[in-house]
Amino acid sequence: MKHLDEYRDPHLAGKLIDKIKALSRRPVRLMEVCGTHTVSIFRSGIRSLLPPSITLLSGPGCPVCVTATEELDKFIKLGRQKDTIVATFGDLVRVPGSSSSLQKERADGADIRVVYSTFDALDIARRNPSRTVVFLAVGFETTAPTIAAAVKEAKKEGINNFYIIPAHKIIPPAMEALLAGGELAIDGFICPGHVSVIIGADAYRPVADKYHIPCVVAGFEPVDILQTIYMLLSQIEEGKAAVEIQYRRAVNFTGNEKALALLSEVFETCDAPWRGLGSIPDSGLRLRDNYRALDIETKFDLTVPRTQDHPGCSCGDILRGVKTPLDCALYRKVCTPSNPYGPCMVSTEGTCAAYYKYHD
Amino acid sequence: MCLAVPMQVLELKENTAVVDMGGTRRAVRLDVIDRPPTVGDYVIVHAGFAIHCIDEEEAKITLQYFEEIFADETSR
Ligand code: SF4
Repeated sequence: MKHLDEYRDPHLAGKLIDKIKALSRRPVRLMEVCGTHTVSIFRSGIRSLLPPSITLLSGPGCPVCVTATEELDKFIKLGRQKDTIVATFGDLVRVPGSSSSLQKERADGADIRVVYSTFDALDIARRNPSRTVVFLAVGFETTAPTIAAAVKEAKKEGINNFYIIPAHKIIPPAMEALLAGGELAIDGFICPGHVSVIIGADAYRPVADKYHIPCVVAGFEPVDILQTIYMLLSQIEEGKAAVEIQYRRAVNFTGNEKALALLSEVFETCDAPWRGLGSIPDSGLRLRDNYRALDIETKFDLTVPRTQDHPGCSCGDILRGVKTPLDCALYRKVCTPSNPYGPCMVSTEGTCAAYYKYHD
Repeated sequence: MCLAVPMQVLELKENTAVVDMGGTRRAVRLDVIDRPPTVGDYVIVHAGFAIHCIDEEEAKITLQYFEEIFADETSR
């Protein structure tokens, strides 16, 4: 198919690998921030084709994986409210909270429905006027505008049984938090493609300028990723730390103005909890006053007791790039995709799930 | 979860586009797309929304870059 096949050409990939090998002189560590990149890198076998001087690290780029346990516990508590329908993207259903998961709650009678789009959740609300319908609003900047569109539509149409629980996360502050932690040396960022469609590549300038780290926005096909690695290496060799775009067919520097306008009409930034990274200032989104009534927490008290992650699960360290799943004692032995202990094994974009499927 | 794929626009309605998703037709919303597509354009679709109309000029530039890689190979 157009815009996919040409970027999957194995011959072209081979040429790019030769160019990368010719350029690579010293050890570098590149982090792919986005979970879709992680999967694409594993699936295409890129890791095994790169010279040993290049290490690829997976970062905090899977929305389900970075959702904090306290947020999951709230979702679970929500499912127990009377006359409530919880609408969610499928990935969240199996993620364990402190002591349960949405899947277990569903088995116990909670009405939890998987939807493909926020507008499907809105339809459920239209068809069930006597029940409260709540959409679990997780996701990065790619997804947040679609939720803003649904919120705006609900208000416009006066659908007064539709709510959301805002749990969005914003990527650039998390990249800064990783660097500010100083735990990890990163020489370059493979920046997320579809987050950048919305926010534009300029959003990474603070990271590039303040920490002197090259940032290149990448597409998702093997050839896109290899070209991105080549662009990062070129910058590293020249001592530059610029923001560049490889994924030019979809991304520009300023972003999608229409989506950004909708986002800022409906949401404002707030501090947010990240698994593994703790609370990061201005890294989340909450509804503005004008839309605040659609936040389910204005209706139900969803405060939860202190949360508990599974002891032994290293998802937090994996999301910060300081451990790989191979460093986790539970990996493969007891923690598997059919019996996941942490979110990184549940989500198809989670690093543990990607290792399980593709790493031998 | 930010998975999004290019799909071709087959038909346009008020605030939705009908796209070709691997041979099946599917309606996607246009609330957040950067610019209105025309029939035949490729759009990037995420969670039931078209979020971007692919820039054919930019796609050509990237492909030209790749052609240049081939060119150094054949000139050698
Ligand atoms: S392998 Fe399982 S237990 Fe270990 S870090 Fe990954 S999800 Fe957690």
